[in-house]
Amino acid sequence: MRFAVIVFPGSNCDRDMYHAAKEVLGEEADLVWYQNSNLENYDGILLPGGFSYGDYLRSGAIAATSDVMEQVKVHAREGKPVLGVCNGFQILTESGLLPGALMRNKKLSFMCHQEELIVENNETMFTTGYKKGEVVRYPIAHGEGNYYCDQETLKELKANNQIVFTYQNNPNGSVENIAGIINKEGNVLGMMPHPERAVEKVLGSDDGLILFQSIVKNWRESYYVTNA
Amino acid sequence: MLQTHEISPEQIETDKLYQGMGLSDSEFEMVKEILGRLPNFTETGIFSVMWSEHCSYKTSKPLLKKFPTKAPHVLQGPGEGAGIIDIGDNQAVVFKIESHNHPSAVEPYQGAATGVGGIIRDVFSMGARPIALMNSLRFGNLTTDRVKYLFSEVVNGIAGYGNCVGIPTVGGEVQFDDSYEDNPLVNAMCIGLIHHDDIQKGVAAGIGNTVIYAGAPTGRDGIHGATFASDDLAEDAAKDRPAVQVGDPFMEKLLIEACLEVIHSDALVGMQDMGAAGLTSSASEMASKAGTGMHMNLDLVPQREQNMTAYELMLSESQERMLLVVKKGREQEIIDVFERYGLSAVAVGHVIEEKVFRISQHGEVKAEIPVDALAEEAPVYHLPSQVAKYYQEFQKIGNKGLTVANYGVVLKQLLQQPTIASKEWVYDQYDSMVQTNTVLGPGSDAAVVRIKGTNKALAITTDCNSRYIYLDPETGGKIAVAEAARNIICSGARPLGLTDGLNFGNPTNPEVFWQMEKSVEGMSAACQALGTPVISGNVSLYNQSKGKAIFPTPIVGMVGLHESLDHITTSFFQEVGDLIYLIGETKAEFGGSELQNLLEGSYQGKAPSIDLEVEKKRQKQLLHAIQQGLVTSAHDLAEGGLGVALAESLFADSSLGADVLLAGDATVALYSETQSRFLVSVKAKHQEAFEQVMEDAFAIGVVTADGKLTIRNQETIILSEEVEELVNLWKGAIPCLLK
Repeated sequence: MRFAVIVFPGSNCDRDMYHAAKEVLGEEADLVWYQNSNLENYDGILLPGGFSYGDYLRSGAIAATSDVMEQVKVHAREGKPVLGVCNGFQILTESGLLPGALMRNKKLSFMCHQEELIVENNETMFTTGYKKGEVVRYPIAHGEGNYYCDQETLKELKANNQIVFTYQNNPNGSVENIAGIINKEGNVLGMMPHPERAVEKVLGSDDGLILFQSIVKNWRESYYVTNA
Repeated sequence: MLQTHEISPEQIETDKLYQGMGLSDSEFEMVKEILGRLPNFTETGIFSVMWSEHCSYKTSKPLLKKFPTKAPHVLQGPGEGAGIIDIGDNQAVVFKIESHNHPSAVEPYQGAATGVGGIIRDVFSMGARPIALMNSLRFGNLTTDRVKYLFSEVVNGIAGYGNCVGIPTVGGEVQFDDSYEDNPLVNAMCIGLIHHDDIQKGVAAGIGNTVIYAGAPTGRDGIHGATFASDDLAEDAAKDRPAVQVGDPFMEKLLIEACLEVIHSDALVGMQDMGAAGLTSSASEMASKAGTGMHMNLDLVPQREQNMTAYELMLSESQERMLLVVKKGREQEIIDVFERYGLSAVAVGHVIEEKVFRISQHGEVKAEIPVDALAEEAPVYHLPSQVAKYYQEFQKIGNKGLTVANYGVVLKQLLQQPTIASKEWVYDQYDSMVQTNTVLGPGSDAAVVRIKGTNKALAITTDCNSRYIYLDPETGGKIAVAEAARNIICSGARPLGLTDGLNFGNPTNPEVFWQMEKSVEGMSAACQALGTPVISGNVSLYNQSKGKAIFPTPIVGMVGLHESLDHITTSFFQEVGDLIYLIGETKAEFGGSELQNLLEGSYQGKAPSIDLEVEKKRQKQLLHAIQQGLVTSAHDLAEGGLGVALAESLFADSSLGADVLLAGDATVALYSETQSRFLVSVKAKHQEAFEQVMEDAFAIGVVTADGKLTIRNQETIILSEEVEELVNLWKGAIPCLLK
């Protein structure tokens, strides 16, 4: 499987995402500068964390308008996996690929530590390796991770089983403890916690590796089915 | 001092306007002699910043020479942007600490943020990728709104900058004392990783080569910042706010990536960041180091504001700017790299043979100064030194004993002292994990950062107990280095070297200069004994306000190497049944201790003594035991002594407890701050092997499953506390003080 890690000016978890995909997961991966926007040859898109465009205007707002995001949308429409983490999640909501918005943390300060997450939906292409209700440890590191959406959207998210991860102890004030959501089609996942920081035991947790492995496994299976 | 019309050289002399810029009468005479004429307004400004203490180290130079700076593994000692130490496999570690005290006292968010930005540039300008940030902070006690504001905004500024540039802030230290009330200390350290072949220096070599300016345009911010940093902090310091720079971490992030790409081009000759004294210092230092001169046309310098004078352009300390020297004819290759990152890079001058620094603007020469006069020939002062009176009195007091009535109550009080209390409120705001190398983050004795692609890791710590240094600068100086090394050893690494952040009061006060002299001597002795050379550093003087100097605070930033990830050890007890050992005997030493502060509200008497030979032996033996896999946890004994260290060792897992038996005076045993001691836990099966390796180790107890810290003296239980409660008090103290 071949991943594209999209690098915007100000992205800073790009190399971490690349390391997780390439060195730990052992798949092919490229760091793709936002101006080289041909994504046709990639099987999966990873939007990394950081401060794209210095968080000017609003987190993710400027990156969402870049040409490469048009390519990401095409990729998403084709049903290929798109994972946005932290600033990547913010870019996904800003670009309309996911509903809702990420506001400043309830405490108004940046926070960085391990959090316990509950796997609410283990039937997505990102989470089949987990058990439903399983508690996993991922780091968080954000100032604006307070997920918000209106009641109607929330109802829809619930009805479609789009809430994938919730916080065990809500750190930032997110609606319904939401830590990560997926689109209706089930191929675009956005989450504030960092799976790419949780792929090696030596750094405190490797619970995130299962997420990447799930993507690869499901891609292989669907790939073989489509190309059999 | 900002002038839109130029004042005549004669007027500068007759009205002694140079004094307002920081030059003394005799320095002005030296300038006249060097130039063979009167300096104009721009030249006077250039001399004043380059000869400020901040840039020239004119009063500290004689002291800095005492530091041992050489060792076979030192690839670059003091003098460049940062020092470099070999770590094998063609890799090296680059690091330096720098202060941003006065700006942070006036404008804490930007002062701290730009302090972080500046030290990062020092590291990547050497060609290294910054992999970690540390800091060392000092504030007054958290009792006034002003101090609380300074504290929270400094933390906010460090977070705001460090988080955005994507370099993890992996640790640091914060201490509180009245002496820092008006003059907080903000010292930031950056650590970078480099391949030997990529090491590059700030030199303007090759006559005819092109000087390129890259990064943010120059504005009117930070003018005379270096001079501002080289004087007492005035009571009306807020008027100096224009001397504080404003940072843009997004710009810095782009600059890092562009510069680290540019270093691989053989078109690059030299690169240096524009730090203190901006364009002036980077240009003149690069030329001076290469034995060349430089001509610069200011009309070509990107400018943020209109009608900037030569004086303003040369003295501005606008952030996120770099100066590069590039081979003639290959400018475009370099410019293209910067432009890809959306940064401007323009040719502003060239290297000349004549060793002068010549600046022109609007077709006129605005300054013409011999380069060595600025960078190398700054005056050096040997200031008078005098033993402090308070020190003589403290020596007479000697070691005064203290007695505690209720050991448990005192332990709880100590755990809530802000200097001891958990700093989670601080470090939770820092991204400590980005770059995915952080094995041990903030809250450990030393931070540990693994090196991808190897089985190695770096241990990093910042440390300085300024109370001991205040009581006895020489002994305290030794302790500062020894304690930093102890932190590194406890994590399982071998200390490699250090960077020093020397923060003192006004050096023209002979007692302050004596503090500087003695603490440098003490530090040097410890560096010699422990084999840790000083490879870089920073001096910040005039840290005083209302005539009162800060405690002498020479901060040690030390880096060590883990030969194997298997050696990484934490300070926390791990398993029920493990044996607890105290290494080193305990004497009645309460001078400068947290207990003394708690009970008497002041520091007095003698600082704890230290024997560097004993220190060296114990560190060596403990490291050996850790590397052999005989030690489960290791913690150095610091503020609050054994009592606090025992509690801290239980704070990772409050289901564990400890049952400890102490002999002798319980106040001494629990709360004395005798040096060169460690608290370790060892598996029962390793007992014999451990005791063979480690001399001076006393088995004092065992790790239990009851979630309680129990301490006995003879047959009596003298302390029995729930770990859970202790954790909560320790964690809650700082948030509670800030409310």
